[in-house]
Amino acid sequence: MYEHDVLVIGGGGAGLRAAIAAQEAGADVAIVSKLHPVRSHTGAAEGGINAALQSGDSWEAHAKDTMKGADYLADAPAVETFARRAPKEVMQLEHWGMPFSRDEDGTVSQRPFGGLSFPRTTYAGAETGHHLLHTLYEQVIKRGITVYEEYFVTRLAVTDEPDPNDRTCHGVTALDLKTGAVEGFRATGGVILATGGLGQVYDHTTNAVANTGDGMAMAYRVGVPLEDMEMIQFHPTTLPSTGVLITEGVRGEGGRLFNSEGERFMFERGYAADEGELASRDVVSRAELTEIQEGRGFGDGHVKLDMRHLGEERIMDRLENIVGLARHFEGVDPLEEPMPVKPGQHYAMGGIETDEYGSTCIEGLYAAGEAACVSLHGANRLGGNALPELFVFGAEAGRHAAGVDLDPPAIEVGPDPDVAREDREWPTELGAGGAETDVVPDGRDLEPGALLGEAVAAERERVEELLTGDGDRGHVEVREQVQETMTAHVNVFREGEGLETALEDISDAREAYEDVTVTDPSRTFNTDLQQTIETRNVIDLAEVITMGALARPESRGAHWRAEHQTRRDEEWLRHTLVNWRDGDPELFYRPAILESESVTYEPEERSY
Amino acid sequence: MAESVDPDTSRLKGSETQPQAEDETVELQIFRYDPEVESKTEAHFEDFHVQPHEGMTVLDALIEARDEQDPSLTFRHSCRQGVCGSDALFINGKQRLGCKTQIDELSTPIRIEPLPHHPVVKDLVVDMDDFYERMRAVEPYFDPDDPPPGELEERKQSRENREAIKLSTRCIWCGACTSSCSIAADEDVYLGPAAINKGYRFYADEREGEDRKAKRLELLTETDGVWRCQTQFSCTTVCPQEIPLTEHIQQLKRDATKADLKFW
Ligand SMILES: Cc1cc2nc3c(=O)[nH]c(=O)nc-3n(C[C@H](O)[C@H](O)[C@H](O)COP(=O)(O)OP(=O)(O)OC[C@H]3O[C@@H](n4cnc5c(N)ncnc54)[C@H](O)[C@@H]3O)c2cc1C
Ligand code: SF4
Ligand code: FES
Repeated sequence: MYEHDVLVIGGGGAGLRAAIAAQEAGADVAIVSKLHPVRSHTGAAEGGINAALQSGDSWEAHAKDTMKGADYLADAPAVETFARRAPKEVMQLEHWGMPFSRDEDGTVSQRPFGGLSFPRTTYAGAETGHHLLHTLYEQVIKRGITVYEEYFVTRLAVTDEPDPNDRTCHGVTALDLKTGAVEGFRATGGVILATGGLGQVYDHTTNAVANTGDGMAMAYRVGVPLEDMEMIQFHPTTLPSTGVLITEGVRGEGGRLFNSEGERFMFERGYAADEGELASRDVVSRAELTEIQEGRGFGDGHVKLDMRHLGEERIMDRLENIVGLARHFEGVDPLEEPMPVKPGQHYAMGGIETDEYGSTCIEGLYAAGEAACVSLHGANRLGGNALPELFVFGAEAGRHAAGVDLDPPAIEVGPDPDVAREDREWPTELGAGGAETDVVPDGRDLEPGALLGEAVAAERERVEELLTGDGDRGHVEVREQVQETMTAHVNVFREGEGLETALEDISDAREAYEDVTVTDPSRTFNTDLQQTIETRNVIDLAEVITMGALARPESRGAHWRAEHQTRRDEEWLRHTLVNWRDGDPELFYRPAILESESVTYEPEERSY
Repeated sequence: MAESVDPDTSRLKGSETQPQAEDETVELQIFRYDPEVESKTEAHFEDFHVQPHEGMTVLDALIEARDEQDPSLTFRHSCRQGVCGSDALFINGKQRLGCKTQIDELSTPIRIEPLPHHPVVKDLVVDMDDFYERMRAVEPYFDPDDPPPGELEERKQSRENREAIKLSTRCIWCGACTSSCSIAADEDVYLGPAAINKGYRFYADEREGEDRKAKRLELLTETDGVWRCQTQFSCTTVCPQEIPLTEHIQQLKRDATKADLKFW
């Protein structure tokens, strides 16, 4: 068994920042990550990092843009904490040596991004995430922080109280990928989940193969509610064949979208008469799909993005890697011809419910980054707002887990007996059913070491069963079943009947999963085993996303319903929460917080 | 165990039988090894046939072979877009990223092996510890002499200087360069091109200050550093990020010579 004060699960931007903060606060901290940190998906971010740095801009303006972009489903205390701290955190990165792009006078450059009232996106070429990830990892090396790399965390060791609010997390179990051994990791202070996004729930995504939402699923199964999971962002400019992302920076710099009739449709068809290509991502994604559905797309369903008019010099200065991406992954030279693009799954606005310090309802359990939902992005994340979130809330979670005293949080978390619960009929039985693979909290009344021992034993048993079972299915089949139904029914456009079909399909996948066995008998680097365990996470998350989407009869931000095409503020300015209840998913709601100490944000129409 | 595998086994002859593929499939000859599984304890090649499609990369082909044919086929990959650096492989005798290599650019059958000069863990997965060790050895972090000017103020950097370090900052730690370098292979003390480039990235950054710069130069030119480089350019040729590694090494040699002159 390994033991540290603070365990950070995940070595992406959020995990690395959290680890540094915890160490600065005096904790003995270790990072446990299924990928070596520099392989994390943060490295793929291209466009940039928002922060109000210049005179003429202000954190208040950043907060307001974020609220509006979120379609008012965000919580003001989180939004304001974020907008206030982002400048300092971005400057901190600069002080750690991050190679930002520079203006003539040597200060960091900023550029316009969709939905922002000021050009406040700092960037490092079009490979911002790469530089950010490496800069943070360099600091982790400098500080000698322990990293257990290629350890796949499979379960949280949590006490078994009936009410999740009374539970405590004492550590995790992890599979050492190199040897196949299941090991226990004890945290005396806290466990921070920084496991990133869940793109693998869909089959066309900008996300890495590793983004299977493990942290969200693990937290969910020990009783932490998942919040606003139906809010999935689809990015309007992904390459059709692979899902590789073409950064919003291209449109920020002046790139233009065209349909097959040569129209600059964002303007000419009135989707966003003022902002055009720079409208929010949800608006542009719907516009593109409408164009395609109405027969004005190209080939097998895409539109074109043209940046040739920007000139080679500007492109090579600011967007150089886009040229490489289009050439390598689509065979198109964007200096010579427009790039084909279509919407693809990109980001999970929802996630593990946390307060503005990264705490969940379970003591000793924190979350940060894309895995978490501190309720910053609401129904739609603005481009360039995810990266600053990693360090603002990563640092907060790190400090908190290390024991730094903080003011009482303004955001409430956890199942609350008083909040309205939704008793509704679902088209099929949801949740675990009789699943033998269920993962529930472990032993009550055990001291932490023994509790972790139990968790390790249970996990060894699960692995043994998967390796030696006599089921006749592989995880690939099951995962594809889920991905296909999500893409067909829980995509940019959604309607009730399709959502019900998706729930039924997911339930079938859950049943099929009972027969899944790992073919590879080896303990050494068994990716078949790893992917099988990840697939279970994909199933659980797909279900929660779809439940939330079906239960929300309105259109808000990224969530668009055919039968309910307007935003309904009187009733739906509230967060969707889904709670696992030992295998029986339960839906409840909490109002969005629109007031902060200084301002009350008044919902307005989101026109761009 | 894994270490006992001679890297040279990765240049084994292919399996004897090479059945004629159906016209439309592409043949992959993939290196297999697993210390635990009896049929794989002896390293060997296995043939797979995949259906090519337009734009198919070597990584796509490996995924298809694994998902459709043999779930035990093991390789690292994650981003599928050339940024995570986890799928550097030895493909038709050259270090390349699987996800960045189109299969129609390769002659068939396509031979896929783990990165040479690393112990093989299983199939195409190698132990990278030694590579990470070398990267850490160059003190790979920004370390300026002076504290920052203010909490909300940056250290200014000229556009020229940012341009000068730009290529060196692109390294994704894939290990292709070091694997291709015969000197790094023979003497495991040589820092190798990736680590030297990492050191160069900070050495050439104008924000660090003269003292640190001098120390960096010393570190990079000590016996295990730049002077071991024999200017073979193999690293520069294989680097998927097109970093002019040899040039950076040469620059450091020149600067070291000049710095030495100053003392005479
Ligand atoms: C292509 C792309 C471009 C983007 N561009 C931008 C942009 O320009 N600006 C912006 O603001 N945002 C951008 N985003 C969003 C942003 O990059 C991500 O939201 C953010 O990087 C997520 O960081 P993270 O630290 O939460 O997760 P990640 O970087 O994904 O890290 C997750 C970590 O968790 C580990 N992990 C996962 N599961 C387990 C497990 N079970 N056990 C152990 N470890 C585990 C992984 O190994 C990894 O280290 C982009 C996203 C994508 C996909
Ligand atoms: S220098 Fe190039 S080849 Fe070497 S590790 Fe870095 S990216 Fe890979
Ligand atoms: S899969 Fe990330 S570099 Fe190829």
